[in-house]
Amino acid sequence: MPKEEVEEYIETVFDIAGKDGTAKTTEVAKKLQNSPASVTEVFQSMARNDLVKYEPYRGVTLTEKGAEAAMKIKRKHRLLEVFLSEVLHIDPENVHDEACKMEHCISDEVGDAICRLLDAPARCPGGKLIYPCKKGIDTCNDCQSAADKEANIAQRKIIPITDLKPCQKGIIALLRGSQKVIQRLSDLGLTPGTEITLVRKTPLGGPIELSVRRTALAVGRDIADNIFIRKAGEV
Amino acid sequence: MNSCHGCLSPGSCMNSGRKNVDHKSQLSSYGSDRKSSDTKARLTVALAGNANVGKSAVFNQLTGVDQIIGNWPGKTVERAEGTLQHQGLKIRVIDLPGIYSFSTYSMEELVSRDFIALEKPDIVVNVVDASALERNLFFTIQLLELSAPVIIALNQVDLMEKKGISIDHQKLGELLGVTVVPTVAIKGKGISELTEQIICLNKNRRAPLLIKYGREVEERIEKLASLLGNVETGYPRRWIAIKLLERDEEITSLIDGMDMTIVQAAKSLAKEIEEIHGEPSSVVLSAERYKIADEIARNVQMIRAEGDTLTDKLDRIALHPILGYLTIVGVIGGLLAWTFIIGASISQVLADAFSSIEQFEPVVSGPLADVLWNGAFTGFVAGITLVIPYVLPFYIILAVIEDSGYLTRISLMLDKGMHKMGLHGKAIIPLILGYGCNVPACFSCRIMETPKQKLLAAFLVTLVPCTARTVVILGLVAAFVNIWWALALYVFDIALIIALGRIAFKVVPGESVGLIMEMPRYHVPSAKVVLKQTWARTKSLLWVVFPAYIVGSAVLQAVYAAGFLDSINDVLRPVTVGWLGLPAAVGILLIFGVVRKELTILMLAIIFQTMDFASVMTPVQLIVLALVTMIYVPCLALILSLVREFGWKKASAITVFEVVFAISLGGIVFRLLSQIM
Repeated sequence: MPKEEVEEYIETVFDIAGKDGTAKTTEVAKKLQNSPASVTEVFQSMARNDLVKYEPYRGVTLTEKGAEAAMKIKRKHRLLEVFLSEVLHIDPENVHDEACKMEHCISDEVGDAICRLLDAPARCPGGKLIYPCKKGIDTCNDCQSAADKEANIAQRKIIPITDLKPCQKGIIALLRGSQKVIQRLSDLGLTPGTEITLVRKTPLGGPIELSVRRTALAVGRDIADNIFIRKAGEV
Repeated sequence: MNSCHGCLSPGSCMNSGRKNVDHKSQLSSYGSDRKSSDTKARLTVALAGNANVGKSAVFNQLTGVDQIIGNWPGKTVERAEGTLQHQGLKIRVIDLPGIYSFSTYSMEELVSRDFIALEKPDIVVNVVDASALERNLFFTIQLLELSAPVIIALNQVDLMEKKGISIDHQKLGELLGVTVVPTVAIKGKGISELTEQIICLNKNRRAPLLIKYGREVEERIEKLASLLGNVETGYPRRWIAIKLLERDEEITSLIDGMDMTIVQAAKSLAKEIEEIHGEPSSVVLSAERYKIADEIARNVQMIRAEGDTLTDKLDRIALHPILGYLTIVGVIGGLLAWTFIIGASISQVLADAFSSIEQFEPVVSGPLADVLWNGAFTGFVAGITLVIPYVLPFYIILAVIEDSGYLTRISLMLDKGMHKMGLHGKAIIPLILGYGCNVPACFSCRIMETPKQKLLAAFLVTLVPCTARTVVILGLVAAFVNIWWALALYVFDIALIIALGRIAFKVVPGESVGLIMEMPRYHVPSAKVVLKQTWARTKSLLWVVFPAYIVGSAVLQAVYAAGFLDSINDVLRPVTVGWLGLPAAVGILLIFGVVRKELTILMLAIIFQTMDFASVMTPVQLIVLALVTMIYVPCLALILSLVREFGWKKASAITVFEVVFAISLGGIVFRLLSQIM
């Protein structure tokens, strides 16, 4: 079953659960515009994954794991609503639907970054509470300053090796790209922390020649643009 | 034969091995489950190592077989085998393709690791480039992880000394717990010592050392290895644990089929490593191995500063924005021009010489035996006058270019252009080889990384006019129209390769990766290597060409004498006469041309009973025939190579496409040229 579908179900149960935390199968089916039979089927599979407790004729309750997942997705949904309306100025009528689609595909990291960008909003445009993140920080200011530090490192010190001039050296800081290419580069000795020299660039945006561990390598410009280095001497 | 001089004492080296390396990269003895082969009279030795370190040179020295060698990475595309007799022992030597790691980056890596781990050769000779010790040791460490019984051939020590490096090979052996033999394989130095050590290690087997990683990695390897307790795979247990941590796809799915819980455990352990280091676990392990390799290298080698080398100076020209491209045009143009000028004159001399021995103008009447004999002789002469004048000079110069290391510079300069076709600079190598013969060029497409790139490169290779097709272009167009039209066909062909390459890139599904290639140093080509290489290539071509020629022309003359030609030609008439505007008689040529392209010329002479084609065909017809012959279908040998590399489906797709395309194009060109000529 796709992750999105599971998340939609969890959200729905979370929304319509009554005081005892139980959501009736028929109600869930109505909200999701699906037949009670197939909703039951989904619940059974979710129960196997320990997300809900399913009792025939009564309905479902979220388990601890399920509730945690629900809070997470609600947090993302509401953060996205704020982001869509305040930053992107999306028509208020569409904000909910857009957020519904986006919430499934952003990672926790992106959610937290949006949270930071918006200075940790407390409520969504509809006035509902935005649950806090699960990071072990004392205040949202800590989050902000930690992010600043990382961003600084990224901005100031790391440059793609193609920005070097011939015969300049650097220390490999980061390799970006497909698993296959990264594997090949590290097998050839381009591991993070290794000193690397740009020997020359070939004309017309052709490959660059590198010297690493006293071997000469030619690397296509597209791959080389994804080899990031710190300039030698700077730490 | 009980005494075994020159052997390192196994005990002493392992002890000192422990002492000399600090705790982060400790080496200690490791129990091996490798079978003992003392009882066998036969010994299997595998040669393994990085690309372009001289494995094939060691192989040639050991076995006396002439495996192709040259100065670019990736020549050995298939494992070569040879045998060596030593002190009554038959030693089977296997030359594995050059690889940098045992990951799943390429087919060669997979094949090599399975060979070493599962077929368990008695000895693995790890050929190491002495001047790039760290990177070579990175591979050595992985060989030891496979618990292979390793001997190191520290190769090219002469070059190393020239570069101001010296290595204490005794100490290196002690640190790794293996025997190290310094060699200069190309000159045969150290080879007898290497043979001695192979025999010696086979008799006194010792357990390879265990290479330990840093603590947080090592703990997880051990944890996984203990989980693997009851799983029997044929691979060493510790190696499986390492590969699982690296998230190696092959091994993960292998273990997944046996015990899913181990894979789950491996995934979470790998994740822990990734969280500690912030990089993919396979990169972490590579970095750890390099750390160990660095430490060992630092312990054993001394480096004096190196000045401006010859390679630097030459590369300033070869990779210069203007001079570089001029050099390429000069070298490739020179290669072709030299072939044609030298070739044409030798060809003439040979033809004259043969005609004085016996008449080889086609005979199509008289007793069958006479017709067949004449056909066979004509074929023989055609073979000689093709191979010696055109193929031989081409191969000699090609070998010089290869051995010098210049081929890789061409790759670099043309990389950007090749990207437009979904390829990269390395693909230039098969394309240039293709001008000699498409068959080896097709096999050399294995240097490309992904299946898509291999297929694209091979498809383009089939469009490169090989020497046989060159003979047709020269024999029809240059001889009877003029040289400029022959050149125009060549230029048109290059344009066609670029255009079709772009289209194929868009159409063929799959992934393309960019260029990552080792840059070999230049060296002065050795006459011995060049001649051996030329001979090896020519010899393999002769095996295909002569039988095809002799049988082909004999059969054709017999068919002609029996009077079957007209009916075949009649069937093809709508295409040959109606669409292409050629004489009906060429129908049979196009069929027989599939066997060998140069048969076209031979048969044209037989059918028209003249060598003066201008008297039977117009210039436009000659150009159209040459054009169609150039692209209409690769020869039989090439089709079979394509089948072997890519399967029936893709081979027939390429074949059918090229036939249809060549005929369509031929008809259009005929109509266009008829307007202007």
